[in-house]
Amino acid sequence: MTPARRDALLWLAQRWSAAVLALCLAVHLAVIIYAVRGGLTAAEILGRTRGNAPLAVFYGLFVVAVSIHAPLGLRAILSEWTLWRGRSQAWAMAALAVLLFGLGLRAVWAVVQ
Amino acid sequence: MIGSPAYRARHHPAYWAFLVHRLSGLVLTLFLPLHFLVLGQALRGEAALDGLLRWTDNLPLKAAETLLVTTAAAHLAGGLRLLLLEGFAWRGPRKDLAALAAGVSLAVALLFALAVF
Amino acid sequence: MGVTAGESSAQEAMLDVRVWHGAEHGEFRHYQVPRRDSQTVLDVVTYIQRHLDPALSYRFACRVGMCGSCAMTVNGVARWTCRSHVDQVTADGRLEIAPLAHLPVVRDLVTDMRPFFDKWARAKGRFQGATTRSDPVARVPPDTPERRAVDAAIECIGCGVCYAACDVVGWRPEYLGPAALNRAWTLVNDVRDVSRLERLRAVAAEGGCLSCHSHTSCSERCPKKIAPTAGISGLKRACARAALGGEL
Ligand code: SF4
Ligand code: SF4
Ligand code: FES
Repeated sequence: MTPARRDALLWLAQRWSAAVLALCLAVHLAVIIYAVRGGLTAAEILGRTRGNAPLAVFYGLFVVAVSIHAPLGLRAILSEWTLWRGRSQAWAMAALAVLLFGLGLRAVWAVVQ
Repeated sequence: MIGSPAYRARHHPAYWAFLVHRLSGLVLTLFLPLHFLVLGQALRGEAALDGLLRWTDNLPLKAAETLLVTTAAAHLAGGLRLLLLEGFAWRGPRKDLAALAAGVSLAVALLFALAVF
Repeated sequence: MGVTAGESSAQEAMLDVRVWHGAEHGEFRHYQVPRRDSQTVLDVVTYIQRHLDPALSYRFACRVGMCGSCAMTVNGVARWTCRSHVDQVTADGRLEIAPLAHLPVVRDLVTDMRPFFDKWARAKGRFQGATTRSDPVARVPPDTPERRAVDAAIECIGCGVCYAACDVVGWRPEYLGPAALNRAWTLVNDVRDVSRLERLRAVAAEGGCLSCHSHTSCSERCPKKIAPTAGISGLKRACARAALGGEL
């Protein structure tokens, strides 16, 4: 794959994940604002989430999108505001993606199982 | 520095929108792993999660939460503005778009603050 | 009018002007310049060179906003000086005039525009047709989307204002910049041009259109009211389509 093609596809991934995130985050914010009224308790949260398959799918998608989106954004920031570029930076961003993906799915699993 | 030429060169709404978008993205990226780890506490049972939730039940942390929600809303609204600019070659008023994004994030912040406090 | 520095009386309104002297390293020098009606920033610089400091170097040609040679940094903002009126750029009578940012300074207010135009070449900013002068003239209907896109972007005078205003140019020296990309966009939309794919490859490469993050400083500052951001966004979409199709 040519670097130009890779960069164009990464750009596309960044924008498509952004579109997915826009939707997810809007829903998430609405849920948060609804849920925090009167304080949060674990029982309340887990009561809503345990065994809730659609919710698992929704937040699973959220996690996938964010683990694509955040490392790509950080990549741009690092390349512009620091001297860290190139291969080691790319590997670090890939690691961040894996970390967010892993921790995110673990969190989703924790609340729906 | 305010008043310096470098400051004046960038003193327009689109630049501030850009800066807010970049910094909010950075903050959210740093916050996310923490957020995931907290939720992961549910693996260790309801009590563990409850402990953490109670720990956040005070004024400074509620204020921090409000700030985080505002940050997320700002990144969302600013991001929609960018998608509009890039995805559809928006040629209309750019400043209004930035102002709209700012307005939306403030509204969300207010809603959250009303709900949480 | 024939007003010289010596004749300027105390009651005459004066501008407090600081002008860059030197090259990469240098200093601002102070001048008092009489205030005039409808005075442009270029008038101010010209006054200094004619009456106060004949060695001052600066560049201009048309004085009517066509040639693109007179851009400078005025009170921190990149502007065409021949059409920037003093009362638009200063409220308190103070002016700070420096060379354009992001370009090597030759001397005083003169920058070396070569890196700027080299990037036009790198972005394949040259028309490549398939016909010769003996072929009939191509007909391009004025209301097609391509032709409209060209219309919106074609009036660039190559002044470098957008280039100086773009932060990404400062952060990534290899970045092609708004003007070169805007030029490429007009050619991508030129139905007579035959090197579309080659051009897309050039602008998708490292330091090309994908480095732009649409913060629109270029579009804010372009004196010709061109929105390079819109064209660059078009290039990004074209590159993404080509990448998906495996052409890049
Ligand atoms: S929109 Fe792109 S080209 Fe224009 S100033 Fe911003 S980064 Fe530079
Ligand atoms: S796009 Fe506008 S600011 Fe940039 S070089 Fe052309 S005329 Fe000047
Ligand atoms: S002197 Fe030609 S554009 Fe200003």
